[in-house]
Amino acid sequence: MTMRILEKRSVPAWIEALQTTRRIVGPKPSNGHAAFGEITTAAELALDYGTTILPPKKALLPTEEELFRFDHGRPQAPSDAIATVLLGVHTCDLHAIRLLDRVYEMGVRDQAYARRREATLLVGLECLRPCSEHVFCKSMGTLTPPDGIDLHLTDLGESYAVEVGTDEGAALLNGVDGVRDAGDADLKRLDRVMSEKWARFPYPLEFDISQLPSLLTMGHTSDLWNELAERCLSCGSCTVVCPTCSCFDVRDDIDLSLSRGARTRIWDSCQLASFAVVAGGHNFRKARAARVRHRFLRKGKFQVEAFGLAGCVGCGRCAQACIAKITPIDTYNGLFHRQQETVRPEVTA
Amino acid sequence: MTPAPSTDRTSEGGGVAPTPAKDRTKAASPRSLRDTLNDTSIYLPVTARVAEMRPLTKLETVFTVELPQGLTLDHDPGQFVEVSVLGVGEAPISISSSPSRSNGTFELCVRKAGEVTSALHALRPGDSLGVRGPFGHGFPFQQFYGKDILFAPGGLGLAPLRSLINQVLDERRNFGRVMLLYGAKHPSELLFTDEVEAWRARDDMEVHVSVDRPDEAWTGNVGVITTLFPKVQVHPRNTVAVTVGPPVMYRFVLIELLAKGIPEGNIWLSLERRMKCGVGKCGHCQMNHVFACQDGPAFSYDRIKPLEEAL
Repeated sequence: MTMRILEKRSVPAWIEALQTTRRIVGPKPSNGHAAFGEITTAAELALDYGTTILPPKKALLPTEEELFRFDHGRPQAPSDAIATVLLGVHTCDLHAIRLLDRVYEMGVRDQAYARRREATLLVGLECLRPCSEHVFCKSMGTLTPPDGIDLHLTDLGESYAVEVGTDEGAALLNGVDGVRDAGDADLKRLDRVMSEKWARFPYPLEFDISQLPSLLTMGHTSDLWNELAERCLSCGSCTVVCPTCSCFDVRDDIDLSLSRGARTRIWDSCQLASFAVVAGGHNFRKARAARVRHRFLRKGKFQVEAFGLAGCVGCGRCAQACIAKITPIDTYNGLFHRQQETVRPEVTA
Repeated sequence: MTPAPSTDRTSEGGGVAPTPAKDRTKAASPRSLRDTLNDTSIYLPVTARVAEMRPLTKLETVFTVELPQGLTLDHDPGQFVEVSVLGVGEAPISISSSPSRSNGTFELCVRKAGEVTSALHALRPGDSLGVRGPFGHGFPFQQFYGKDILFAPGGLGLAPLRSLINQVLDERRNFGRVMLLYGAKHPSELLFTDEVEAWRARDDMEVHVSVDRPDEAWTGNVGVITTLFPKVQVHPRNTVAVTVGPPVMYRFVLIELLAKGIPEGNIWLSLERRMKCGVGKCGHCQMNHVFACQDGPAFSYDRIKPLEEAL
């Protein structure tokens, strides 16, 4: 691991240098929030952002993505992905991307995702403050970045410490003025920033996260799901803003000539009533409670078992988006409390 | 994550080899359609030709599909393909022909039910359609060697089961008794009637057919499929039951099969889901932690019994 220092005053020049070879996607101001979008000038970049409504996932898994085009009944090979730098990705979202990599590339490899992913370099950004009241990244173990991120920035005030994770990442800094190897003073400063950061973040889950899959297994028949279902509106907002949700629907579009068109995949949501309907109308997840439970189980149990990584990174976006105020912290802790009550040994006089 | 299902099959048990021996080391050997998924995109269908369309009922038509030169389907009975009409969409359709009768073509029995299947019905022989697959795990019929087989399809369930039935009949000596209990709503909805009659005429297969609502010409059994179960006595430990039908049918057929004492692990069924991708990505067929498109669609009952979203 190499640690380098990027002076903040050099960031505009760095962005301009990156732009000569790659598209840059990063956080930029949008209606009073920050949103990931294409950065055309360095001034647009808002690296001091808190959180975004939609996760940076959309750069790898667009809301609508052409799988291929067709012409006169013949499918055509899909086009190449655009070389991209996805910049300013917070640590929770880096963990989410690591999970998406496994979902889409393990088993049968999804080349549509893999092509875009391979063309994308990740520049992470350390969060130094909780971005909302709903975050539980510290509980989920996503407070620091996973290994192998191309570059990872930590704000040191006048400069960024840049952890170089890959050769491709190192090359992104080549020839940029204001970049140097970190010295002892820089590393000390970094240590202090990280130590101060740790104490700022809450630890809201009341149990050890390694217990989450078994907690969900035991809580499978809990009344909690029915109680949440009474509040849930099945709007699907939670899945739209989730950095790890990856289910999709597929749609064909055809132009007016009826000869050319495209097959497109679009984000879908297991919370929508129609998600598990089959021909003939039978719905295998008709009960709202079953849909609510499926979301939590998929993230907290099934994906842990299938991929070795949790499908929840503690970003708190779903809690922020939920009109019914359903939050993963309350849900997980609620299950934990009920389990405690269930197993409490009887006290004999 | 389940690894991609192997399409290799070894011939054992001394019966008629179900498919020609495959030798992937031969340069000239045809390529399996499934391998094309790895070329550029798992979502890119191969353009195949409709060789023949044979209407069975008002709603169901059998399509004989011919793959491009050099490609073979290499399927197991019970697997499915994703079928495309470009501009309309794609739908998962079970393969109705048996591997033993592939001959470079395969058959799909398609019910006109939605947009894609309606567009398929509007095709004519010689037209193109897109195919991806085959996907998932079918019925592991080689595990059934030496057993009595009880087939219990309901309605359109005969379409996927026909693949297995013909495979079993083409290597008949590998199996014990072969029984078919087939139920449909109305005589006009019975599928593959000529074939069912040919099966009935065999002296090595027991065939019972029932309809819920008879017409005037119907002389057979009347009632739902479960009314056929008293007609066969089985040796439960040596019987494999394979049932395919709508969800509501499974509930009642399972009661009958279990009442006969057939072990849960010897009862096989096929689950229908709206698979969009076929490879465990789109999420539509997920039942608890199991993906019907990869782990199934054929399952033994003991496997899906604990999954409350399965049936």
